[in-house]
Amino acid sequence: MSTVVELRDGVVAYGDRPVLRGVDLTVHAGEVVAILGANGSGKSTLIRAILGLVPLLAGTLSLFGVSRRGRELRGQWRRIGYVPQRLGAGSGVPATVAEVVSIGRLARRGLLRPAVAADRAAVATALASVGLADRATAPVGTLSGGQQQRTLIARALAAEPELLVLDEPTAGVDALSQSAFADALRAFVAGGGTVLLVAHELGLLQPLVTRAVVIHDGTIAHDGPVPAPAGHHADPHHDHVHPHAPHDPPGIWTGR
Amino acid sequence: MSLFAYDFMQRALLGVLITGLAAPALGIYLVQRRMALIGDGIGHVALTGVGLGLLTSRSPVITAVVVSALGAVAVELIRERGKASGDIALALLFYGGISGGVFLVALAAGKTNANLMAYLFGSPLTTSREDLVVMAVLGGVVLAVTLLLRPWLFAICQDEEYARVAGLPVRALNLLLAVTTAVTVTVAMRAVGLLLVSAMMVVPVAAAQLVTRGFRATMHLAMVLGVAAAAVGIWIAAEYDTAPGATIVLVAIAAFSVLATGAAVWRTARRRAGAVGVDGEAEPPEVVLQP
Repeated sequence: MSTVVELRDGVVAYGDRPVLRGVDLTVHAGEVVAILGANGSGKSTLIRAILGLVPLLAGTLSLFGVSRRGRELRGQWRRIGYVPQRLGAGSGVPATVAEVVSIGRLARRGLLRPAVAADRAAVATALASVGLADRATAPVGTLSGGQQQRTLIARALAAEPELLVLDEPTAGVDALSQSAFADALRAFVAGGGTVLLVAHELGLLQPLVTRAVVIHDGTIAHDGPVPAPAGHHADPHHDHVHPHAPHDPPGIWTGR
Repeated sequence: MSLFAYDFMQRALLGVLITGLAAPALGIYLVQRRMALIGDGIGHVALTGVGLGLLTSRSPVITAVVVSALGAVAVELIRERGKASGDIALALLFYGGISGGVFLVALAAGKTNANLMAYLFGSPLTTSREDLVVMAVLGGVVLAVTLLLRPWLFAICQDEEYARVAGLPVRALNLLLAVTTAVTVTVAMRAVGLLLVSAMMVVPVAAAQLVTRGFRATMHLAMVLGVAAAAVGIWIAAEYDTAPGATIVLVAIAAFSVLATGAAVWRTARRRAGAVGVDGEAEPPEVVLQP
């Protein structure tokens, strides 16, 4: 089984504040790894470090077995499909769903190369796989939050990546979008893909997850099977309230 | 229209048409990034370049390109850092640029203030053949960059972080966009003036996006509106002897108002007719708490 992500003793700090202190994480091909943890535990920072969006103060990172820093690693990034939490800030001008999804192809298209039939086919396939084929010409600004999230997943899938990295893909997403999203992910995994996702709660994704990594206070507290919900979280009727995060929409808990 | 039989009017017309085409093609990326006013700041910096050119008896257009490109790169580096103090740094750069320009132009002995006014508010009627050649070449550069690299520039302006993860040369593209902004400012300088440059970058885009759904459609319509505003504006200026640069910008703003009113009337009419389009579909709730 080949190694897709290997992080050893990863240390990340924002200013003087350490966020990750010596984190080891290995993801093998074909795995679906969920990174769980409370807000501020460092789970988003962990994937941002793996994506190269925040620098590692110490430790080594290799992607697809390439461990060197800098340009060699950059070549591996196009094998990664990244799904951020929300649509970027560049929404001053309308853009159609198909235009946003087409950005995903640029990693595979050389600079100044025109789009070929394969590019258009990949965009169409990605849109279909998240159930947005009929919304291709709609402006993304008019979509619901869940549909925008699916647009971002389609953008990542259009690149035909080997590893999907998702940051809180189910936060504030309606049930219809969640199930469309779970279907897309299931198809991606069935096709041999590897998934690394950060989640507050797994919801409909839980049956797909093969391994859970729990981050607590910048270190790994658990690495293994998905932990059973404990305490009042185990109650399927529990009212999910985060007093520390007033802007977090309530999550979805299917309690399977 | 007989006025357009004169050489100087033909050059004026060509000059403003180049501006009307190139400025919105670049401006759309600034609007997308919500940095619509950056063009105005680069225009301020370009004035120092004009002053340097007049003082050293070099072509003010060339010195303006160089100085405003340096200014644009500085702006990009400040933006990239994303520091809270960036706002102040931009203010220092922009006001330093405009006062440096006024200072240098005043130093340039033998040159009158009429020159300064021509650069600040445009003077298409005095466009020389050489000016026109420079404008055509620089305008061609702007169009080549903004049209040929559209998918890549769209990607970095839409979601820079994603573009970085996808391995796109984000930094190089950002710097290219900054330098192209400076070139556009210099192209538009003769036509509408440095103080109104930003208007030609932003207003046609703002007008176009009232009625478009996608980025490419917005870009193309903005270019059409820019050219139309330039043509109508210079014609009005010639017929009624008004200030050409200001007239062109006012025509563009009038186009914006007409489209805004038209779009509002259209939406109201559709609602009255009870037609529910694709956009009017009931959207699923954001969150569903399952029992």
